[in-house]
Amino acid sequence: MIAVADNKTGGLVTIWITIIVGMVLAVVPMPQMVPVELGFLRPDWVAMVLVYWIMALPHRVGIPTAWLAGIAVDVLLGSLIGLHALSYVLIAYVALSLYQRLRMFSVWQQATVLFALLGLNQLVGFWIESIAGLADWSFWYLLPALSGAFLWPWVFLLLRSLRRWTGMT
Amino acid sequence: MLGLGLLSLVLGAVDHTTSWLDGPRSVLTIALTPIVVTADLPTRSARGIQSIFSSREDLRSRITGLESELIFLRVKTERMAALISENNRLRGLLGSAAKLQDNVLVAELVGVNPDPEEQEVVIDKGSEDSVFVGQPVLDSRGLVGQVVDVSPFSSRVLLISDERHSVPVQVLRSNLRFVAHGTGIGQQLELQHVNSTADIKVGDQLLSSGLGNRFPVGYPVGVVDKVAFMPGKPFADVLAKPSAQLDRSRHVLLVFTETRVLEETNTSSGKGDDRGG
Repeated sequence: MIAVADNKTGGLVTIWITIIVGMVLAVVPMPQMVPVELGFLRPDWVAMVLVYWIMALPHRVGIPTAWLAGIAVDVLLGSLIGLHALSYVLIAYVALSLYQRLRMFSVWQQATVLFALLGLNQLVGFWIESIAGLADWSFWYLLPALSGAFLWPWVFLLLRSLRRWTGMT
Repeated sequence: MLGLGLLSLVLGAVDHTTSWLDGPRSVLTIALTPIVVTADLPTRSARGIQSIFSSREDLRSRITGLESELIFLRVKTERMAALISENNRLRGLLGSAAKLQDNVLVAELVGVNPDPEEQEVVIDKGSEDSVFVGQPVLDSRGLVGQVVDVSPFSSRVLLISDERHSVPVQVLRSNLRFVAHGTGIGQQLELQHVNSTADIKVGDQLLSSGLGNRFPVGYPVGVVDKVAFMPGKPFADVLAKPSAQLDRSRHVLLVFTETRVLEETNTSSGKGDDRGG
């Protein structure tokens, strides 16, 4: 890994591997012991990974990456094609315009910003579904944003140590 | 940003209104199969480990149990064969068409939709095994749902307990016909527009009525769980528990009936609102 440190494709591979791990976490079935309702707490892992990479390496990960990942998630979850693509493009845009400030923030301040971003993500998804007549509003929709914000520090530290270990800049 | 955002919106609209994106979607589904398989690994390996550590005695007693169950079921099927031929003879006497045996294909669950609002599962058979949209899905105890999305090697099944799903049913005891809606919460169906004077009570068995040409006649759908006649309300609240083990069965059966040609013309009209017949 260290050998490919300053190699651009090596970095891209690492980034996509983390995004794919996020997708696996997004579809992994809950064990049967836990109640179904806990499923509402599942955060949008792919969105969190995307926000991290945009914040850390905005010249490498941007709106096109977010869009591609969104299309893949749409196919995986069987949602309308373009739903996650649109919401990821939007949060990628906001994250790109905020990344310099986000870097200055402490990890918990980042978590609050992330709550807003993930909330936006959920809202856009809900809007599209409700335009298509597929959903009714409930505050359950915001729970993944909350759990995502709480998990952010760990995701952040993990991905940062991965980035430093592979020496990506 | 604007370009890709607009593109996503257009794609969403196209996907909602037409079926043009089904081809690309199934190609992408194949490409993304490794992710689904990886996500299923923990469940699969847990089962593998369980079978490694089960003892000789356990396995032996399981085999004996299964053997006796097999004999029991064989006897039942023999009786059933006699009944079917008798039934068809009687139908012939009445001048109506003979009922054909349904063919089934066994499929295994490979994924569950992580969104608890959507009760959907993914199975490992697709259009390569001639699975089609609208195909009824059963397990060993009753109706599970129907296929809503097919790709070459996997398909997506909407469960009968999903909010968007309804199935026409008939009460076995009184032959009353109703429509059973999914409630979206756990293992529950709701019968709608049940008259306060209707002859229905707790414990009544609900079978698929075959109306709507989507589901075959006579498969168990659920058992009535709760009947509440509210004074002042025109309809009673009736809840039923699905017979199929919607959250537990790992293997499901895909049913091929002879009315398939008819069903295909029904489903090709649109994919959004006509689910559940």
